[in-house]
Amino acid sequence: MRDKILYILGLLSAAWLTVNLYQMLLVLPDELRQGHIYRIIYFHVPAWFTCFSAFFVGAIASILFLVKKDYKYDTCAVAAIEVGVAFTCIGMVTGSIWARNQWGIWWTWDPRLTWAAITTLVYFGYLTLRQSIDDPAARARNSAVLAIFSFTSVAITYKAIDWWRTQHPGAVLDFRTGGGQIDADYQSVLYQNWGALMLLAAVLVVIRMRQESAIRAIEGLRRHAHAR
Amino acid sequence: MSALRATRLWKYFGEYPALRNLDLEVQPGTCLSLLGRNGAGKTTLLRLFAGLSDPSEGTVELFGKSSRDGEARRRIGLIGHGIAVYDELTAEENLLLFGRLYNLPDPHKSASEWLERTNLANVKDSPVREFSRGMRQRLAVARAFLHEPSLLLLDEPFTSLDDRAIALLQSLLKDALAGGATVVMSTHQLREAMELSTHVALLNRGKLAFNGARPAEMLADPAWLYRTHGEA
Amino acid sequence: MRFLQQTYTIAAKDLRSEFRTKESLNAAASFALVILLLFSFAVDPTGPMVREMSGGLLWIVFSFAGALILNRAFARELPNDCLDALISSPISPAALYLGKAIASFLLVLLIEVLCYPAFGLFYDINWTNNLPYLILVSLLGTWSMSVVGTMFSALTVNLRLRELMLPMLVYPTMIPALMAAMKLTTVLISGEPLSDNMIWLKLLIGFGIIFTALAVALVEYILVG
Repeated sequence: MRDKILYILGLLSAAWLTVNLYQMLLVLPDELRQGHIYRIIYFHVPAWFTCFSAFFVGAIASILFLVKKDYKYDTCAVAAIEVGVAFTCIGMVTGSIWARNQWGIWWTWDPRLTWAAITTLVYFGYLTLRQSIDDPAARARNSAVLAIFSFTSVAITYKAIDWWRTQHPGAVLDFRTGGGQIDADYQSVLYQNWGALMLLAAVLVVIRMRQESAIRAIEGLRRHAHAR
Repeated sequence: MSALRATRLWKYFGEYPALRNLDLEVQPGTCLSLLGRNGAGKTTLLRLFAGLSDPSEGTVELFGKSSRDGEARRRIGLIGHGIAVYDELTAEENLLLFGRLYNLPDPHKSASEWLERTNLANVKDSPVREFSRGMRQRLAVARAFLHEPSLLLLDEPFTSLDDRAIALLQSLLKDALAGGATVVMSTHQLREAMELSTHVALLNRGKLAFNGARPAEMLADPAWLYRTHGEA
Repeated sequence: MRFLQQTYTIAAKDLRSEFRTKESLNAAASFALVILLLFSFAVDPTGPMVREMSGGLLWIVFSFAGALILNRAFARELPNDCLDALISSPISPAALYLGKAIASFLLVLLIEVLCYPAFGLFYDINWTNNLPYLILVSLLGTWSMSVVGTMFSALTVNLRLRELMLPMLVYPTMIPALMAAMKLTTVLISGEPLSDNMIWLKLLIGFGIIFTALAVALVEYILVG
């Protein structure tokens, strides 16, 4: 039953992405100044929202783990953060391609890109920490604390960037500006793709969680075998 | 109320079960010798009692409270593998530090007293770095007894002590027991431990193979327990 | 009340230990001076650029040299198994952490007191224009660094790759505070008005408060295992 739900959601997200791709590649007209390349925004911006949401989920799951000591929260945290890191990379790569096209450079120390680099470093640190602790209990506890610290730091950095002058295009979406900055059609496809990517992220997180639970179950069985 | 109670205790390190479904109760005023081969789980168990570690499953209670409760920890005296004193501080500074951490009413007085009792009064202003091994061990003992603990947790305390230090520790433990304290010590020095012990427990690969009053046989033949209850 | 007493006891102990041996102080001071020296080859030490980079340079020096001190915070408890004795004592892990953070904070400040005049000397810059504010920014920035550094010292104390993991974890997390400190220091040394940059001051204060609270709340989970 659970498998079925997962497959259905996976197919749904694939279908949704396909519909969006059709919209963004074939239906919508080119943007005035940017030409074709602007379409990358439909992946770039949602990727960032998705990764931030994933890290947020990771932090909440970490808090829940420390409070309730139930390992399913630790499983959720590591799955969410890994998927978040994947989407961070998508965001960085899409941003970089766009920048090369529009500004002529692959990288710039524009604050938003800087934030991306910092976030990647912070969460690679999380993944490295997990690798370097063998005992699952210590690993879960320590990485939970780190996830909470990391999210706080990353969130604060995000705001700090806002206060720094930026080369990066400013806020255009309605929920930031109150309306009128972006064509309604464009905006709608952007939100659509955000939804599709979030769904995809959710499916990936669940798959990863199952993998982690399986690893934990195997470890438990090994313990019982040893204990004989 | 028991001084120490472990209920359905499990402790894993990764896949490895160091302690398996252990139930142990220690009454106040008794001296329990914890025996077992290396790797049996003695140090792990003591660390759980000392609040240095949380059990994977099960509970540890000290005087009816959790092992992490501040009041309970105030009553514990711990001697582990390391001497747990600072090399760069003097003997007196070390004892003053622990006196303050344990909220003693007059840390200076307690420190002087214990420096006297462990024959370290004349070196109280020397840094521990300059001490001989025997002196370091005596300071470790002073640190553990400084706050008149009601529960002493000792991990192989007689190992590498010279005869004078052994005699000192035995006499301190006798006094503590006479005063109503409880002692749990893991040891390989069976002869030294058997005089003091009222109870023994044998750990074998994380499980208790024996737990009860010290059998009379062990006074004369300390290794008796290993032969009768230990693994072949 | 007891909490404060315990915090003070630990801070005093750490400071006393450090002043006896001066191991990390010497290492940090030498490292700081070396970076300042090396940097004079990297840029034209007399040019106008240095004033603009002053905040960045100084805080790189403080954070790199400071890391040597911050790493020691919990690592100094490892010889002789002292950490076990501390954790099993009645002291609350939060007081233990806070005491160490305060001690580290004071030690790093000492390095900074050395670095500012050295910087002024090597690069011929008058850094005392806005001294009260500069001191404030130093205090706030150094506190943020100490809070994060001491926390990660606790986190990595039992890891085999401690020396490697600590810098990797600490710097990215400290970045908001470092950014603010760098910006404010540059502003103060260049003589620009502070009023344009109040947001950075608020960030620095906010970061310090938030991370101190988080660290104090979470440190027990790290130390007891």
